[in-house]
Amino acid sequence: MTSAVSILPAQQLAVLNDAYRAAVARKRLRMTLATAVFFAVLVIAAIGAEVNPVTFVNKIGNFVSYFDRIGTLESGARVWSDIGEWFWGWKKWLALLGETVLISYVGTLAGAILAFGLNFLAAENTSPAPWLRFTIRRLMEFCRTVPDIVFALIFVIAFGLGPMAGVIAIMIHSVGALGKLFSEIVENIDMKPVEGVRSTGASWISCIRFAVVPQVAAGFASYTLLRFEINVRGASVMGFVGAGGIGQELVVAVRKFFYSDVSAILLMIIVTVFLIDIGTGWARGRLFGKEARA
Amino acid sequence: MTRLPAPDSGDLRGRYPEVFDRPVSSRLAIPAMLLAAFGIFVFGLVELEFSPARMLAGLSQLGWITMMMIPPDPGGSLPVYLVALGETLSIAMLGTTLAALLALPVSLLAARNIVPSGIFRFPVRRFLDSIRGVDTLIWALVWINVVGLGPFAGVLAIAVADFGAFGKLFSEAIEAADKKQVEGIRASGGNALHEIRFGLMPQVLPVIAGQVLYFIESNTRSATIIGIVGAGGIGLQLAEQIRVLEWQKVSFLILMILVAVAAIDWISGKLRFAIIGQRAVV
Repeated sequence: MTSAVSILPAQQLAVLNDAYRAAVARKRLRMTLATAVFFAVLVIAAIGAEVNPVTFVNKIGNFVSYFDRIGTLESGARVWSDIGEWFWGWKKWLALLGETVLISYVGTLAGAILAFGLNFLAAENTSPAPWLRFTIRRLMEFCRTVPDIVFALIFVIAFGLGPMAGVIAIMIHSVGALGKLFSEIVENIDMKPVEGVRSTGASWISCIRFAVVPQVAAGFASYTLLRFEINVRGASVMGFVGAGGIGQELVVAVRKFFYSDVSAILLMIIVTVFLIDIGTGWARGRLFGKEARA
Repeated sequence: MTRLPAPDSGDLRGRYPEVFDRPVSSRLAIPAMLLAAFGIFVFGLVELEFSPARMLAGLSQLGWITMMMIPPDPGGSLPVYLVALGETLSIAMLGTTLAALLALPVSLLAARNIVPSGIFRFPVRRFLDSIRGVDTLIWALVWINVVGLGPFAGVLAIAVADFGAFGKLFSEAIEAADKKQVEGIRASGGNALHEIRFGLMPQVLPVIAGQVLYFIESNTRSATIIGIVGAGGIGLQLAEQIRVLEWQKVSFLILMILVAVAAIDWISGKLRFAIIGQRAVV
């Protein structure tokens, strides 16, 4: 079946086209201006960051060959041709990885416990006093904004080299990050149970314990697990500043050009992060599955 | 006043047996989990060499350091610090932009509605995952080996680390896009590239722009620390001053970082709102 598509007369079409062009032109102008400003900022940033395309082009070969080198054993063979030689230090590295995970675990749990204690004071609907809320919120903001590795740098000096500094750094950062998320959950709860408990003459603590906590526990646990996963990644570099874990070994391997060690340690870190990812994902699924059933 | 009769517990027990006599396994599950969590915690404390004595000594040391930090004082190096801060912001900005540009085409390959075949999508996704599994600081170390010390290594480190994150986020945004526009383009005779350009991108770009802005903000934070391994920016100054125990300078630098992050946070919030507002109008 053929049917002619009707086309408007040229005159009418011209009017419509003009109107369309006028409408689009303004949008285009704004878009062009925004793009121009963006590029100007980018160029300034490039100068500020000493970006040198020539170096990049000249050295990009190094990047590829770096991966070639970390894939090669000292004997010149490919790493996977001799797994035993590649992972020669697996006992030591596994122990350090265990330490990394433990740093992250202890830091996250301690941070979660502190955040649990503080968040009810920071949430709008449960906070006993506005000045207290304000103070705690600012405190959490500070803990969250200063990167954990900066805390670690300072704590290494205060507490001495070793995993303790890493744990405390992760703990403080987790207090800030989790405190905010926890108080947001608390702000979203149903207030009716709280009123019910309060109407029986219960104290503030009892209100929190019997009306708020049952509503938020699963959410808190889920965020804590997520934080644990993030902190494992963070703990893997704590060793860079001497705060324990696998990072120390990695930085030494990179700096001393022990190429195959670099790839072995990196691979072990990636696998650990994967496993923790999958594990916490599974645990969070179980947690919420349980919640839905109850 | 009437008193309610005391509830007959025997009757209640009979009516709701599952409330009063929960099986032992379900009653013990949560205490057992908490106990296990606590047990690992204590094991961790012992294993990581925590001791009250060390804790106390450390805390008093920390208190002393805090006292030394007040008042914050740049001590004549303010221009140097401002340049370093500018460098940090530049690193964050360039690194994020570069990552977004690189990640966009790759994210198309990782999206289910563009590449339906799992055999092809799976390796791309795993590739992005492994990039994300490596911390920015580690990438910085690698890039320092390649292009030498300096902020350029930082830019590349942030670009690579974010490439993994963006690839995942963008592909999720693309998968969430509405199919109707794409089908419309196909119906009017457009080829696959037309579908992506005119059907998909107008929907996805505002989302992507919002994510990029958010990452510029969070990367300002990352960019402050990559200097610790020598990849430029304010972290270099910070690590240096901590090493030589110039606490007043340290606190000044930390304040500078806090202010810079707050400022970027504010600007990107405004911009994000502007972009999303524009989208709501169109």
